Amino acid sequence: MLIRLTGIKKIYQVGVETIHALDGVDLQVDANEFVAIMGPSGSGKSTLMNILGCLDRPTHGTYELAGEQTSRMGGSALARVRNQRIGFVFQSFELMPRFSAVRNVALPLTYSPDGWSNRRRKALDALARVNLADRAAHRPNQLSGGQKQRVAIARALINQPDILLADEPTGNLDSRTTEDILKLLVQLHREGQTIIIVTHERDVAACAQRVIHMHDGRIHSDQPVEQDPDVGSVVAAKRQRDSQEAV
Amino acid sequence: MSLLRTPFYLARFLLQSILLALGQIWMNKTRSVLTTTGIVIGVAAVTAVIAALTGLRSNILGEFEALGTNKLYIIPYRPDTGRFQHASGRTLRFTPDQFDGLVEHCPSVAGFTLLADAADKVIRGDRSIDGARITGIQPAWHEIENRTVTLGRPFSLLDEQRAAYVCLINPETRDQLRLDRDCNGQSIYIGNRRFLIVGVVEPAVQSALFLNQGEGAEVFVPFRTHWNVWQSRLIAIAASQSPDVSDDARAEVRFFLRQTRELKPDDPDTFRIEVIEQYLRQFDRVAATITMVAGAIVGVSLLVGGVGIMNIMLVSVSERTREIGLRKAVGARPAAILFQFLIEAVTLCSLGGLLGIAGGWALTLLMAVLPGAQLDKAYIPLWAIAVAFGFSALVGVFFGMFPAFKAAGLDPIEALRHE
Repeated sequence: MLIRLTGIKKIYQVGVETIHALDGVDLQVDANEFVAIMGPSGSGKSTLMNILGCLDRPTHGTYELAGEQTSRMGGSALARVRNQRIGFVFQSFELMPRFSAVRNVALPLTYSPDGWSNRRRKALDALARVNLADRAAHRPNQLSGGQKQRVAIARALINQPDILLADEPTGNLDSRTTEDILKLLVQLHREGQTIIIVTHERDVAACAQRVIHMHDGRIHSDQPVEQDPDVGSVVAAKRQRDSQEAV
Repeated sequence: MSLLRTPFYLARFLLQSILLALGQIWMNKTRSVLTTTGIVIGVAAVTAVIAALTGLRSNILGEFEALGTNKLYIIPYRPDTGRFQHASGRTLRFTPDQFDGLVEHCPSVAGFTLLADAADKVIRGDRSIDGARITGIQPAWHEIENRTVTLGRPFSLLDEQRAAYVCLINPETRDQLRLDRDCNGQSIYIGNRRFLIVGVVEPAVQSALFLNQGEGAEVFVPFRTHWNVWQSRLIAIAASQSPDVSDDARAEVRFFLRQTRELKPDDPDTFRIEVIEQYLRQFDRVAATITMVAGAIVGVSLLVGGVGIMNIMLVSVSERTREIGLRKAVGARPAAILFQFLIEAVTLCSLGGLLGIAGGWALTLLMAVLPGAQLDKAYIPLWAIAVAFGFSALVGVFFGMFPAFKAAGLDPIEALRHE
């Protein structure tokens, strides 16, 4: 078992009001699973994502990642876990505008103890995995949205993380580039990468093996996706929707 | 293995942080220049002041060497404690017999003269000089002061023993009294006594720093004559064999005088022996005070500059909140973020310090060519450069600390949400 969440609660105090962002979540994810988390805004899926990514700590409950108990770790220890075990992909890419693609990809190595050896080589390899080896020297403003997101994925992969966490990875992309990114994620999953994505698009979630629906800080449903994901049809659906919206 | 690798890792991280900081500073050129102005001016000012003092000191050192660094001034002194602390000047003053046999008893002393000063009116026919300096000297004076008799002869032992009414004058006196160039054998009145001129003494080495040395009209008479006529306070000047043994000479003279002045073992000295080097030390004390005052002023400007640095670093932290969030998300420890911003502040301040040193250097070159400023030897000593640079870096650490802590303490989720 790669991830084991037990009785996770996240409680905020806003003024006199107490908000239960997560209200008792139990979740287990195996290595090499591809999980999509869905739910309306305010359902707690982002909070769950932050806790899974060790960016946040639960108020109650325990989170075991690859045998390590992370719920009571300090800031430095969590930073190490984020660096070594987790790769983040954000909706808005979060690339450093003045860094070339290869330097952006190498950023996590700055904070790895062994990150200095073959730094550039590793970054170029990661770029090759996302088919962007020819764009290594380009800056983000010279790249398309899909290319930026691929750079971001390469950055997430560079330390060979246990899990790849993607928060609305296609949210800022058009249908064509969405197809590219989803194909890439499926490809990475086939290569053995554990992936968890948060999305509100049903079609995107359809690429995953398992879909979890969140509601009011709890897991509402947790079902496997039966069919083998067919990225082409997903994208076709999205394209259709895009054109309808355009009309 | 990892222990071995840690210093290497740190060095790489440091280098990378500095490069990153330089990039950041380069990107905000105008802002960086404006921010560091306070530090640049402060450092330039303090290095220029130190350069000026250093130049002044080497000038003074040169002057002292011209005057002779082997001279010992022996002066009566009322101690702060002991049975002489309320003694009258009359009790404490020297008498000539206290110095009898000094040269024989003090092997490190090469020569020795008693000296007494008075001011009196000097008259020659219808011309006169009010308040001319009348100095009683002994023959060794010429050698000690390095002022020989250019025309005529020095005083003889006979002049001294008889307390003869003979005198030596300096060219200034001769000119003021309109005497012939070779005025030997002519006579002048000092007060109402008639003195025979036996020679002309060469003027003192002109010193820009000690204006009262050998300035104006001087008349020299044998010491005993002076003692009989004016009975003024006497001092003594001794010359050590060489500047190296001046401490020995000083100890010997002290031992000798304690005996002749009949001091008991627990009595403090009732005289002072000043080596000319002491004046140099005195200058050093004054210079230290000036440096301290300049330092305090510069401290204020560094403080103001530091607040500017803090302000700009806070702006920088706020502008780069998303970057901080991202760095934290990909595994930057709080300490790494702290370090990055601290390095940036220190780099900024150090650059300001370097610019300031360059400015101070320019000022130093400028003051060296300033006519009449006595600063031609001004230069910035290495230690001043090190201190100026170190202090500006320290300002960076001090004032960069708060913004850096603020950056390190940011919550990654909040930071990534920041617009």
